[in-house]
Amino acid sequence: MHQTNSKLRFRTKSVLTGWSFVLLAVILIFVFYFYPMLQALILSFQTGTGSNLTFTGFDNYSRLLSDKTFIVSVKNTFIYLLVQVPLMIILALFISVLLNDSKLRFKGFFRTAIFLPCVTSLVAYSVVFKYLFSGNGLVNTMLLKLHLVSAPIEWITDPFWAKITIIIAITWRWTGYNMIFYLSALQNIDHSIYEAAKIDGASSTRQFFGITVPLLKPIILFTSITSTIGTLQLFDEVMNITKGGPGNATQTISQYIYNLSFKYAADFGYAATVSYSIVIMIALLSVIQFKVAGDKNG
Amino acid sequence: MAKSKRFFMYLFLSIAAFVSIFPFLWMVVSSTNQSVDVTRGRLLPGTHLMENLRKLLDTTDLQVSLMNSAKISITTTLLALLIASLAGYGFEVFRSRSKDIVFNILLLSMMIPFAALMIPLYRMFGQISNVFPWMGIDTMTSVILPTVTTAFLIFFFRQSTKMFPKELLEAGRMDGLSELGIFLRIYLPTMKTTYAAGAIITFMSSWNNYLWPLIVLQTPQTKTMPLLISTLGSGYAPDYGMIMIAIVIGTIPTALVFFVMQKHFVAGMIGSVK
Repeated sequence: MHQTNSKLRFRTKSVLTGWSFVLLAVILIFVFYFYPMLQALILSFQTGTGSNLTFTGFDNYSRLLSDKTFIVSVKNTFIYLLVQVPLMIILALFISVLLNDSKLRFKGFFRTAIFLPCVTSLVAYSVVFKYLFSGNGLVNTMLLKLHLVSAPIEWITDPFWAKITIIIAITWRWTGYNMIFYLSALQNIDHSIYEAAKIDGASSTRQFFGITVPLLKPIILFTSITSTIGTLQLFDEVMNITKGGPGNATQTISQYIYNLSFKYAADFGYAATVSYSIVIMIALLSVIQFKVAGDKNG
Repeated sequence: MAKSKRFFMYLFLSIAAFVSIFPFLWMVVSSTNQSVDVTRGRLLPGTHLMENLRKLLDTTDLQVSLMNSAKISITTTLLALLIASLAGYGFEVFRSRSKDIVFNILLLSMMIPFAALMIPLYRMFGQISNVFPWMGIDTMTSVILPTVTTAFLIFFFRQSTKMFPKELLEAGRMDGLSELGIFLRIYLPTMKTTYAAGAIITFMSSWNNYLWPLIVLQTPQTKTMPLLISTLGSGYAPDYGMIMIAIVIGTIPTALVFFVMQKHFVAGMIGSVK
């Protein structure tokens, strides 16, 4: 009796010690992630300015569907997503395969150079890009001098080119980041697989699609999900390069939420509804990406 | 055939490397030139570095912003490492079914977009401001608290703890060390590289954070470097040389951290997916 009691006390004590190690982190994540998440959900059913909010049911959600600015922001965000994420992933994969070549020289230099953009703050590089791509900026000057264009391109002020500028900027910043993940995964692939393929006469293109891509699938899935989540929340670049303009041509959903809450008449309820649209999109797209990757595995 | 393939390989990588480095070179070169020369596309270093710096010091609170960024980033990093490593250690060493469930719930927070959190968080800190002004809106605390604990960092420490030799744990218990003592005296020194990688990741994201500070920091005295750079860049008659020196100064800390601890940084990023 006495012995089981002390055993029990020892077990309880060890369980308590275990929980005490993780407690602070658990509390902080619940207070600063899950609780606000719930608050945002409640807010999304309320309308009013500032803190004068009243429950109005699904009013905000029906407003969402007829809100032209919201629809434009969603469209813009999806253009970035559909063009930039595949472009960046393919580019990163391609570079990492080249860098993984055992005979390649200056490997360290290339890797460091291509990874370098990741050390800049989104704001700092955005400002640099804004000036590089301005009407009389360096990019236009160079293009004119090389006679590649006859008139300067309106990188920032034309709705089409402004989107291209944003896409170029994000690709510059994040390609190296994704490349590192692929490089590390490539280093774990057994070289003899490639040797065998070579003996069988497989071209390097076939080796790439037949060996590299399938083996890297989990990492490609990981990077495409993180890039999707990142792109759906795009804010810093657009805010600092184009301010969302011209008109609303480059505005993203995050920027619209910011404007609704802190620039216009502080419509927190509706802004929360818009923010939930991102939550829903992330959930849906992640499920789709898991499904697509899963199907090809099976 | 093979030779031309090699050639294109090097050509492609050289272009990629050049495109990656060029904006840095341009930013550094431009910080030594006058505004007019920057707009004219001058690519050679000039002699106006000190002048640009003086203008920056005269027209902005550069030192204040630098200090704010340093204080926030260092505090965030230290607290984040402590909280996340305790949790990662706890989840792995004192593993149980219920803890695994909690851990998986924590991981879900990685899927929550910040856009959905910012309004409720802003209102939360607004309410705190009424009771404890020292930790409400426009304070360092309001910037640090929501970003100090990430499921990502906890996950990172838990993964690394899997490599921690369990014999050391037993040895510590035999020696009569308390559980916290084992953590502080054995685990912490053994896992130095993990802490280094975690520190770099946290420091960089904290130093570069923009949206949340933009919302909660409202007076010039609390501005951080990204906020300062952002306001400099939005003027109608920007002084390019001066803005470039501000960007260079704002980039130096993270670039230094990156170069000094490059290996750990890459290891850290990769450790996060393995």
